[in-house]
Amino acid sequence: MRKGASWFNVTSLVLGFAFLYLPIVLLVIYSFNESRLVTVWGGFSTKWYVELLSNQQLLDAAWVTVRVAFFSATLATALGTLAAIVLARSGRFVGRTLFSGMVYAPLVMPEVILGLSLLLLFVAVDQARGFWTIMIAHTTFAMCYVAVVVQSRLAGFDRALEEAAQDLGCPPLRTFFSVTLPIILPGVIAGWMLAFTLSLDDLVIASFTTGPEATTLPMKIYSQVRLGVTPEINAVCTILVGLVTVIVVTASIVTKRQEVLKERDMRQAEAQA
Amino acid sequence: MAKKPIGPIRRDFAPWDDPQARPYIEFRNVTKKFGDFTAVDNLSLKIHEREFFALLGGSGCGKTTMMRMLAGFETPNAGEIFLDGQNLAGVPPHRRPVNMMFQSYALFPHMSVEANVAFGLKQEGMPRAEIAGRVEEMLSLVKLQDFAKRKPHQLSGGQRQRVALARSLAKKPKVLLLDEPLGALDRKLREETQFELTDLQQDLGMTFVIVTHDQEEAMTMADRIAVMDKGRIVQIATPSEIYEVPNSRFVADFIGDINLMECKVVARNGEMTKLHAPLFDCAIEVAQSVEAGIGETVWFAIRPEKVRISFDEPEGPANRLTGEVWDIGYLGDVSIYHTHIAEEETVRATVANRSRVVERPMSWEDKVWLSWDRDAGVVLTR
Repeated sequence: MRKGASWFNVTSLVLGFAFLYLPIVLLVIYSFNESRLVTVWGGFSTKWYVELLSNQQLLDAAWVTVRVAFFSATLATALGTLAAIVLARSGRFVGRTLFSGMVYAPLVMPEVILGLSLLLLFVAVDQARGFWTIMIAHTTFAMCYVAVVVQSRLAGFDRALEEAAQDLGCPPLRTFFSVTLPIILPGVIAGWMLAFTLSLDDLVIASFTTGPEATTLPMKIYSQVRLGVTPEINAVCTILVGLVTVIVVTASIVTKRQEVLKERDMRQAEAQA
Repeated sequence: MAKKPIGPIRRDFAPWDDPQARPYIEFRNVTKKFGDFTAVDNLSLKIHEREFFALLGGSGCGKTTMMRMLAGFETPNAGEIFLDGQNLAGVPPHRRPVNMMFQSYALFPHMSVEANVAFGLKQEGMPRAEIAGRVEEMLSLVKLQDFAKRKPHQLSGGQRQRVALARSLAKKPKVLLLDEPLGALDRKLREETQFELTDLQQDLGMTFVIVTHDQEEAMTMADRIAVMDKGRIVQIATPSEIYEVPNSRFVADFIGDINLMECKVVARNGEMTKLHAPLFDCAIEVAQSVEAGIGETVWFAIRPEKVRISFDEPEGPANRLTGEVWDIGYLGDVSIYHTHIAEEETVRATVANRSRVVERPMSWEDKVWLSWDRDAGVVLTR
C-alpha cells in the first residue's frame, strides 16, 4: 500500500479547510488591525481588545450569555439524560415511537418556528420575557441534543452492571448514582458541553424569547453589525472562537489520552497473565 | 494447582435421598413466559443446603431464566420460589440473601478491585475497618492481594473472573449463583478453576448453584446435575448416574458420546432382557429389567469406551457386531474407531492408547469385531 496522499487528496483537503476556516482566519487577523476601517490593514495593534474591556454593554451581554448557557446546559443535561435513559431502557411501551419522535423533533425543526411558538407560549401564560425565558427556550432545544449524545453512550452499557449492584444489596436509585451515572458520565459531560456551546451562539431563538433587559452576546453583535462593523466586534468574536477551540481541543485530548492509557493497561495485563 | 480427587470428601453427602430433609431452595410449579415463548414450563426443583447444584442445558433451555428468577431479576408468571422456607415473591433483588457471579463478570469499570469487592459490604453499612479486613481476606482467597489498587481493565481475563468471584463471596451469602462462570477462560485455566471452585465451596460450606452448557464443567464440579430442555427438567441425578444411567435418549446424547441402536424387545426374564437391533442385525442381552413389553421399540445405548474392538471373533451369540473400520480419530490419549456396520450404520469404540507402539495397529478398512458386556449398556424407553 502506498503511504502519503495523492495530489487530488491534498488539493481537496486544502480547499475544504480553506472553505471552512478562511473567514475565521480573516476575522482573527483583522481583530489586530490598527485601522478603524475593517477592510483596510493599518498595522498591528491590540487596542480593540483594550477598548473592549471598557465597553460595558458588550461585557454585560457576554455575562448574560454565559449565565444563560450555564443554566440551560445544566437543566438540558438533566432532562436529556433522563429522556435518553427512558428511551434506551424501557423497551417497548405504549407511545414509545411518539415519545422518541417528539424528543428528536427539535433537532430538525426550523429555529424560527421553535422561537415563535415559545414566544406565543410565554405571551399566553403572561410570562415577562427576559433572562429566564431565554434559558427555558435554550433548555428546550438543547435537551434533545443531550439525549442523542447520552443515548449513544448508553447503547454500549452492560445492564449486568446494574444488576450486579442490586444483587450486592444496592437499591435502584443508589445504583443509578453509584454505578450508572459514573459510567455514562463522559457522555453526560459531552452533552453538557454541546448544550453550552449551542446556547452560547444561538441568535434566532434568543431574539424571539428575550425581553428588554436581557441581551445576549450574539444579539448584541448582530445589532452592532447592522450599524457598521467595528474591529471591536472582531475582537469579541476572536475571543469566542478561542474559547470554543480551547474547550473542544481539551476535551478531545483528554478523551484520546484516556483511551490510549486504557489500551496500554489492557495489553500489559494480558501479557502478564 | 494439581488435580486432586474430590470424591471421598463428599462420599456420605446425599441429602436428596433423605425424604425428611428440608430443601434449602425450592421451585414449586414455576412457569416463566416471555411473550409467546415459554422459558420455564411448570418446573419444580429442590436444592439442599451445602449442595453444589448444576443446571445444565443448551442455549434457550431456561437454565439462565431459572437463575435470574432466583436472584430476583425475573418474576415467575406462575408458581413460587422458596429460600430457606421464605417465599421470595415480591422480594426485590437487593434484599435477597443470594449473590450472583455474572457471565460477563460485570465488574464496575470505574472502581478499583478493592472497591469492587467492598461494594456489597458498604451497602450493608459494615464499619470501615471491618470492610478492609474482609476485602483483604477475600482477595487472599482468590490470590489477588497484589492487585487491590488496580482497575478491572488492568487485569487479565482470569484475574477478572477471580475478582468477580471474590466480590460475590464477600457478603458470605447463603447461596452463590454462578452464571457460566468459566465460559470466558481458556481450557487450562478452566480446569484449574473448576477444582478451585469445588474446594472453595467445601471450605465455605455455601450452597452453589451453577448454570452451564458445558457438561464437563457440570460433571467435575456438581453434586447433582439437572439436565434441562425446553423449559423442563429431563433428569436430576449425580454426575455418574447421569452418565451411566441416563433416563432418556436426550440425556444420553447430551452428556458425552454414545452409540444408540433402535431395538425391539424379544424376551424378558427378570433382570435379563433380550433385544434385537434390526438395522445392525444384532442380538443384545442386557442385565436390566425393562418396563416395555415384548415387541415394543426401545433404544440400546452404549458408551464408546465400553465397546471392545478386536481382530479375533468374540465368544457367544449375543452382544457382538462385525464391521469395517471407517475412520480413526486420534486424540492422543485415546483413539476413536468409527466402524461401519451393515452399510449405513456406524458404531464408535474408544481405545486408550496404552503404549506408544502397537504391534499390529488397526487401520482403515480392516475387518474387526465389536463386543461388550451385558452390564455395559442401558436400555432407554424414551
